[in-house]
Amino acid sequence: MINADSSPRQPYSTYHQWYASQDRNRLIAKSKEAEKIFRKTGITFAVYGHADSSEKLIPFDLIPRIISGREWRRLAQGIEQRVIALNAFLDDIYHKQEIIRAGRIPRELVEKNDTFLPQMIGFRPPGGVYTHIVGTDIVRTGEDQYYVLEDNARTPSGVSYMLENRETMMQMFPELFHQNRVRPVENYPNLLRQSLSSLAPAGCEGRPRVAVLTPGIYNSAFYEHAFLADMMGVELVEGSDLRVIDGRVKMRTTRGYEAIDVLYRRVDDDFLDPLTFRPDSALGIPGIMDVYRAGNITIANAPGTGISDDKAIYSYMPEIVEFYTGRKPLLENVPTWRCSEPESLKYVLEHLAELVVKEVHGSGGYGMLVGPTATKKECAAFAEKLKSRPGNYIAQPTLSLSTVPIMVNKGIAPRHVDLRPYVLVSDKVQIIPGGLTRVALKEGSLVVNSSQGGGTKDTWVLED
Amino acid sequence: MLGRTANGLYWMFRYIERAENSARLIDAGLRMSLTRSEAAEDDWDGVLQSADVRELYDQVHEGLTSGDAIDFLLRDRTNPSSVMSCIEAGRNNARMVRTALTRETWEAINECWIEMKGSLARRAKTTDMPEIIDTIKRRAGLIRGAFHGTMLRNEIFNFSRIGTFIERADNTARILDVKYYVLLPAVSAVGSSMDNVQWESILRSVSAHRSYGWVYDAELRPANIADFLIANGRMPRSLAYCYDKLVSNLGYLAREYGERHAAHETAEQTLGLLRSQSIAEIMDQGLHQYLKEFINQNNRLGREISDGYRFYQ
Repeated sequence: MINADSSPRQPYSTYHQWYASQDRNRLIAKSKEAEKIFRKTGITFAVYGHADSSEKLIPFDLIPRIISGREWRRLAQGIEQRVIALNAFLDDIYHKQEIIRAGRIPRELVEKNDTFLPQMIGFRPPGGVYTHIVGTDIVRTGEDQYYVLEDNARTPSGVSYMLENRETMMQMFPELFHQNRVRPVENYPNLLRQSLSSLAPAGCEGRPRVAVLTPGIYNSAFYEHAFLADMMGVELVEGSDLRVIDGRVKMRTTRGYEAIDVLYRRVDDDFLDPLTFRPDSALGIPGIMDVYRAGNITIANAPGTGISDDKAIYSYMPEIVEFYTGRKPLLENVPTWRCSEPESLKYVLEHLAELVVKEVHGSGGYGMLVGPTATKKECAAFAEKLKSRPGNYIAQPTLSLSTVPIMVNKGIAPRHVDLRPYVLVSDKVQIIPGGLTRVALKEGSLVVNSSQGGGTKDTWVLED
Repeated sequence: MLGRTANGLYWMFRYIERAENSARLIDAGLRMSLTRSEAAEDDWDGVLQSADVRELYDQVHEGLTSGDAIDFLLRDRTNPSSVMSCIEAGRNNARMVRTALTRETWEAINECWIEMKGSLARRAKTTDMPEIIDTIKRRAGLIRGAFHGTMLRNEIFNFSRIGTFIERADNTARILDVKYYVLLPAVSAVGSSMDNVQWESILRSVSAHRSYGWVYDAELRPANIADFLIANGRMPRSLAYCYDKLVSNLGYLAREYGERHAAHETAEQTLGLLRSQSIAEIMDQGLHQYLKEFINQNNRLGREISDGYRFYQ
């Protein structure tokens, strides 16, 4: 929020004035009020592996993160370029595989990858769209300096927090939205519905029937699934509600079985169809892949998109963007060592204390090593894991992330953040101005995941 | 609508209704024990029977004391009809059918659960009971208010209302049956102040001790009480009222769906009987027998609705 000369950074100037005029006790009371709003709305999540895993809140910090319109435009162009490249990449590797034949990506990296689905070879989803919803994880290291951390092209979560954070801020501090021209995010559910409907199967007549597929009320993100279905005005279904009948996916309604045209699934590929993937899955719909391949249902995101946000593929993103768009990437990739390559592994082992090491298929901040904050013992233990399964890991340098202020006991203090803007892909690419800002609440910490003690903030993109 | 959603709505409202009913039964029991000096355990025996959990209670507790009975009715998780069990089950169903509810309705049930989980975390002291009962009633009222004030009158509304009235009819019939049965041998002694307390407790269990006086003489007469709770179409917890609502909500569904099920016949037939039979006729054929049949028939109606509208869990 503050420049080196202690003047507020430009997008924060109006907010800073307001903040300076606030009574601190009132803000603390507001902070508690926000928590109450979240709890009564039921915006909770379950943490796996905790004994009392009932329902927890993600801490909300009431100082917004503010991005200028100018900086956002550059960022949005970079995201759009990247998302277009991701879709082109998916279409290519499931068809002609030109990028492999051109020698830009090793064949085995794609075809031996668990996230590559042979069932998708030669099949083109309706509208040619693979990744209907993308949540690109981005960090800022300085003015106009952004790095993409992850592309999240499977089932990115957290968008309900983006919406509820804004809703809560508007409820608590309406005056701020008079003083600042903040670009709206509230129309996301409408845009999502339009976007999904526009990609219904070709044979669909009338208004497409859309449904959100959830693993059920015990899933950590159930609140979000229900929230999105509710805001879009579509059905929220579980695998057991659906059945394949006469070549269509149908749900059991009070009037009998009714067909679904578009399924926004929030279950992983593995669980989608027990006949095709994991036979023990109780979350999926037996036979849905046959319906899909016959062109009678749209699945968003398409099965097999995981290959594009795989952490090993990630390191090739600069090549991928250039190959399909013919231009240099606008957004930086974090330099990445692939531990499967012996020379990289050697380097990583020698520099473990400076690096962040992640599992190739990991998510949620689990199973990673943050070198600079890890103890010697932790590093040594991790080195053993690395040596036994090098192909399972990649390593990246720790970036000097920019910080934003949060409210703490003694006033405000800087903390590291990342940003996940949400992108909708149909015949056009739409990026919601803002996104989810996750903040590492522990001083000095770089881990922002909610499962690891991270919090969230409202994210403002200003009109200018 | 998903058959699972319809089922969830139906049970959500059955549980909320039951929670309120359990609270009211405790209230009536407390009232009785305040106005009597002895044999309070017998009163709680009647209360547990009215809640249909007498046998379950014996599986958990050695003997009958008012403290154990209250705790069992209020917060014992092994008792599926305890206030806390019902609120939790209602809230779980609400969470599952979240997309069918308005934000106001969902928040009302969620806040009810949050508050009751806090205030029922420990065994309640006798001195706290009035406040606890009051909170339950107020919370249930807020849920009802949010529901009526904000929900679209569509099939979602109808399935919810059907759940409410199936449960309520069952509760009222059970209360009347148990209490009346217990009290009947003493009919000749009606008029003594002690018996008045007993009779009043029936009315208190259905929140009708004031309204009774508006409809009948001030004096409590067994036949009038039975008439009030069975046949009075204006009394919101009477069997006739419940069935009037069941028939109209089923009627909306029939028109919207363009088809009728066995449930429609059953509900209409029952309502017809409730309207045409006089209380004297019912008493002649035996009130206990009558209510037993009614409860069975009410259960059957529940099953027919569940089948007709393809409920599943």
